[in-house]
Amino acid sequence: MKIKVGFAGNPNVGKTTLFNYLTGLRQHVGNWPGKTVEKAEGHLNFKSSRIDIVDLPGNYALSAHSIEEIVSRDFIVDENSDVIVNVIDANNLERNLYLTTQMMELGANLVIAINMNKFAKKRGYKIDMENLSSLLGVPVVEIEANDGSGKEKLLNTIEKSKENPIDSSEKLVYGRELQEHLLQLQKIIEEDKNLLDTPSSWTAIKLLENDEIISRKVEKSFIKDKIFKEVEKIGKHFHDVFNESSEEVIANYRYAFIDGLLNEVVTNPEVEMPTITEKIDRIVLNRILGLPIFLIIMWLIFQITFTIGTPLKEPFEYLFALIGKITLGFLGENIFSSFIVDGLINGVGGVLVFIPIIFLMFLMISILEDSGYLARAAFIMDRIMHKLVGLHGKSFIPMILGFGCGVPGIMATRTMEHERDRILTMLLIPFMSCTARLPIYTLFVAVFFTAYQGEVIFSLYLIGIIIAIIVATILKRVIFKGITTPFVMELPTYKLPSFKGVLIHTWEKTYGFIRKAGTIILAASVIIWVLGSFPVGVEYGSHESLIGQIGNLASPLFAPLGFGYWQPTVALISGVAAKEVVVSTFSSLFGGSGDVSGIGLALQNIFTPLTAFTFLIFILLYIPCFSFLATVKKESNSWKWPSILLCTTIITAYTVSFVVYHIGLLIGFR
Amino acid sequence: MTNEKDFRTIKTLNELKVGEEGIILSYNDKKYYNDKAPKLKNNENQYNQLKRHLLGMGFVKGAKIKLEKIAPLGDPIKIKIKGYSISLRKSEAKNIEVELN
Repeated sequence: MKIKVGFAGNPNVGKTTLFNYLTGLRQHVGNWPGKTVEKAEGHLNFKSSRIDIVDLPGNYALSAHSIEEIVSRDFIVDENSDVIVNVIDANNLERNLYLTTQMMELGANLVIAINMNKFAKKRGYKIDMENLSSLLGVPVVEIEANDGSGKEKLLNTIEKSKENPIDSSEKLVYGRELQEHLLQLQKIIEEDKNLLDTPSSWTAIKLLENDEIISRKVEKSFIKDKIFKEVEKIGKHFHDVFNESSEEVIANYRYAFIDGLLNEVVTNPEVEMPTITEKIDRIVLNRILGLPIFLIIMWLIFQITFTIGTPLKEPFEYLFALIGKITLGFLGENIFSSFIVDGLINGVGGVLVFIPIIFLMFLMISILEDSGYLARAAFIMDRIMHKLVGLHGKSFIPMILGFGCGVPGIMATRTMEHERDRILTMLLIPFMSCTARLPIYTLFVAVFFTAYQGEVIFSLYLIGIIIAIIVATILKRVIFKGITTPFVMELPTYKLPSFKGVLIHTWEKTYGFIRKAGTIILAASVIIWVLGSFPVGVEYGSHESLIGQIGNLASPLFAPLGFGYWQPTVALISGVAAKEVVVSTFSSLFGGSGDVSGIGLALQNIFTPLTAFTFLIFILLYIPCFSFLATVKKESNSWKWPSILLCTTIITAYTVSFVVYHIGLLIGFR
Repeated sequence: MTNEKDFRTIKTLNELKVGEEGIILSYNDKKYYNDKAPKLKNNENQYNQLKRHLLGMGFVKGAKIKLEKIAPLGDPIKIKIKGYSISLRKSEAKNIEVELN
């Protein structure tokens, strides 16, 4: 027997932990078709059945105002799932059941899995599960997601529910006042058979809630006038009686239903002891200690990711160099071996060496997220991010990571719920100077600014941040007009992250990076190689090669910035692939010996201190690299945002370099 | 002119001090609209969305509510409602009227 199950529930209730526990590595993470919302699917075999599970996004409600909520309710309504498992936190029944009532409105074939009972019992809460089950008319199972207890019983219940489905809306009764009006409205809706693909009670409630999607659906009905007239009448009536909108009235009735239920089912402790979470928050969110603790944790993440990760790059680099050498020895020096080695191995290897860093970063973020601290970090930083760039507190971490490498930075935006925050953050990360740019700075300051090396490099980092703030202000005006995301965010209880869960998350995301970014990088590497080695017979990347000719042709574009020569132009073009390539391009253009003083002399023939600084500014601000664009493409699920990113970074780089160069000239620098 | 109202302390949620608790009286829609008087439909939409979101999170009339903490930099605030903690910016809290215990 095949059983299709959806896991639904509030965020932070252990839904995904349960999902991971049950499916292990038999899962696949992708996107919902056409959406940027992550879709995790997995399966397991139980007795003679194969159970396919979809882990729905964590939701608080099923309204139409976030993509996640729409995805979840479409799954319940449209996809032919057999059973919906509603995972509920025993410590927070009241709010958790709010979502349950809405799934009951849909008449879903529900099974309720109550999680974290041990903790609730310890706090002194007693829940009468049998009574809860009979009052709701829905099977209720006690589970413990992190150690798997109750798993057997849950799977058995799922199997039973598949065989004997229930209509969970039967025992859901709202107060008489609301119920009567709903029935009237339902009667009208039922006149149009086209509207009956969902329960009429659900349509009626959603209409009273001014649900956009349902309203649009009813617009097409031949009795729409009659329906909307009734909706308006009821709304007006509620306003007269309760002095509240029909949305508020419905929310009140849902909570009233829940209150009634909990009165019969839950025994509260006599005295509520402060929980561990409250104790930790007293320190972590303390007026004086909060900020320093946050900064220390950030510093640790940065240190661990990059000081452990960067040396781990070396064996990978060595490995790829070795493979290249062996291949070269095997094939001999010819155009084919050049394609394999310079094109494929170097190109793809250049990306794969990031794996240790990416892996560590995801490990850190997963631990932060699963433990519950991430929400606190956002809570602390929101003021600054909101004031300065109009962003959400959660965008701080991706930005910080951007100083290491933009790619993990973009991936860390996944912690943000709202797409517009994610996108805006992605568009700003390039201006955080990443470590790949550092070798270029180091090379140039050693040649041109011997006395002020540290100061010049520091100024570049600072300029990046200032430019990010300015660009954010402009983007807010142009693309994201008048939108601010509210900071309504649950501060979940602290949890010890489960080893298995953290590893699964980390592996899934790292693998996604390898697979998706890898393919685009491969294509880009081939293009760069073709440009560098054709026409046949030229030295790789020389003046006569295609890339050299393009550099020659494009160099006048950079004349207004003071460095209109073909070599820097070629370096900039190849730097689009990866910033690491810029220095190696210079060295191959100026003799290829890797001798720094030789490169230095050659650079002095082309650059003055002022144009060198301008060049560095351009390096700081223009297109980060192919991996970055590929990751933005993957994460935003469209070509639109990488294209916009391409434009904003190039325009910003050109404008700022131009201004810096000409102000420099005016002041009298050379 | 003594009536029952004089014995009640009513504040907007952003004015609460740390540790103060009460119950939600209402959303002050009018105040919101007057504040931003001539401003755009966009704002109105955003306000309605926020309100809908908060309703779903348990900010209904009569709900018990407590200000637990203020962020180190003075905003946002941490609130306890329906047995869990949630954060809000002060600007988002100012339309919610609370009657103190």
